[in-house]
Amino acid sequence: MLRVRDLQVAYGPVIAVKNVSLDVASGAIVSLIGPNGAGKSSILNALSGVAPLKSGSIVFNGRDISRMSAHQRVSAGIAQAPEGRRVLAGMSVRENLELGGYRRPAKEVRENIGKMEEYFPVLRQKSKMAAGSLSGGEQQMLAIARGLMARPGLLLLDEPSLGLAPLVVRFIFEFLERLRDEGQTILLVEQNAREAMEISSYAYVIESGRIVVEGASRELRRDAAIERAYLGLA
Amino acid sequence: MSVFIQQLINGFFIGSVYGLFAIGYTLVFGVLDILNLAHAAIFTLGGLSALWLTRTTGLPVWASFCLATLFSGLLGLVLYRVAFAPLRRRADSNLSGLISSIAMAIIFEAGAFEIFGARTVRFPQGMFAVRVYHFDSLTFTSLQLEIVAIALGLMVVLSLCLKHSRTGKAMRAVAESETTARLLGIPVERIISETFFVSSALGGAAGILFGLYFNALGPDMGRSIELKGLAVIILGGMGSIPGAILGGIAFGMSEVLTVALTGMSSLRDAVAFSVLLLILILKPSGLLGRGRIRQA
Ligand SMILES: Nc1ncnc2c1ncn2[C@@H]1O[C@H](COP(=O)(O)OP(=O)(O)OP(=O)(O)O)[C@@H](O)[C@H]1O
Ligand SMILES: [Mg+2]
Repeated sequence: MLRVRDLQVAYGPVIAVKNVSLDVASGAIVSLIGPNGAGKSSILNALSGVAPLKSGSIVFNGRDISRMSAHQRVSAGIAQAPEGRRVLAGMSVRENLELGGYRRPAKEVRENIGKMEEYFPVLRQKSKMAAGSLSGGEQQMLAIARGLMARPGLLLLDEPSLGLAPLVVRFIFEFLERLRDEGQTILLVEQNAREAMEISSYAYVIESGRIVVEGASRELRRDAAIERAYLGLA
Repeated sequence: MSVFIQQLINGFFIGSVYGLFAIGYTLVFGVLDILNLAHAAIFTLGGLSALWLTRTTGLPVWASFCLATLFSGLLGLVLYRVAFAPLRRRADSNLSGLISSIAMAIIFEAGAFEIFGARTVRFPQGMFAVRVYHFDSLTFTSLQLEIVAIALGLMVVLSLCLKHSRTGKAMRAVAESETTARLLGIPVERIISETFFVSSALGGAAGILFGLYFNALGPDMGRSIELKGLAVIILGGMGSIPGAILGGIAFGMSEVLTVALTGMSSLRDAVAFSVLLLILILKPSGLLGRGRIRQA
């Protein structure tokens, strides 16, 4: 579904991502893990068209999207729930969802809001409240639901567990598995390596802008040396 | 006493035009965090082009009003493309945009000067039937009522659109975070252009109403309102639409009242701006705080 080759991202002279190649198969959860500053968010943002792409190709559903603007990529089927959730704090929960469906017809948006409120009933209860007044966990649910409102073929998730209590993290990860079972393809960025490996089928480990290890999540989890070296799980 | 009330009413009338001018100003500020100092020049060109249309084509005033408002909106698009868009990648785009908008203001004003001349011009006599109404000792004209109705009407329409329309919501999203808006699939460049269009159309409309109210237009008519517009949006709370409306009316009233109470028109601006400073000392964020465009 997604095929990235030799991706480079540079902020001025700083090259944040160097020759990264990765694939995401339809219906899978693929995780991207690595320490702070490794370049994980830069990769997702380059896929979304909001980080400066220096070179490389991004082929999504057979189309090269690397020259497309950010909004065209959303239309093409790539949506992101960004790091730190980035809900539109002054706008209501419902308005956030509506804007997630900005590129979809109005009728579909109404239907999808109903569906999101089924996934996350709290979003219905707090529909009229300012998104900024939600708790961290609720904001994360809103950010994911807002991404789903675009009906994306591929959902990019940047550290959904960031700063959340273990119970909430559990809930979010279980929800991601449910989404996958419903057929949603997900590219998941996480520092929470153990959980990410549990729900993903394939994983890439990024360090200083490069892929240092990749493989089936099950295999990587079994490899004690990799765990110690890259996942900090020892 | 009735003089006092009469003056309050007059202040309300002119204040509604200030408010209309100021919401355009504050809209661009709220969405982009930049001050568009060419807004007053658009106000002038809006007024003058409506007058020109009426006099040379013989169109009815309402038709000239609509066309000139549209024209002002288009000027806003030009303004954005020339003065702001090229600078958007710069780290100092807020300040450099401020300067280039001053440059555009000077060019627009020079253009107005060349095309329309330096003299003060008026709408032709008898262009529209003005009825005069009396209530006890209060007097006002049908023209004044029409002006205030149009100004308030446009402000209400803008507020409703910002709150409920798809584009209005997108504008608020861009106001909160451009990057987030882009991630959601909002075409940010187009939304910003539309913001400039709406802002400038309202600024031009305010210029036309101002010209009709005083029946005097000239290439320097923007001067008097330029600073007042800024004062009004500071008074109302930067970026707040209801604040700009309220601020405009408050400013108009305090101006007129000063003249009525002291009998000295030379004090008008001094007192109005003193009120501004006083309010800001008491409530530094302005009447309605900041960032309200985001919640509309
Ligand atoms: N907008 C930017 N401008 C300049 N440099 C940036 C920008 N965004 C990221 N960087 C740099 O690029 C590198 C990679 O950052 P990135 O945010 O992609 O890492 P990350 O893996 O997501 O880290 P984290 O786990 O902390 O979120 C870092 O060195 C960072 O300083
Ligand atoms: Mg990151």
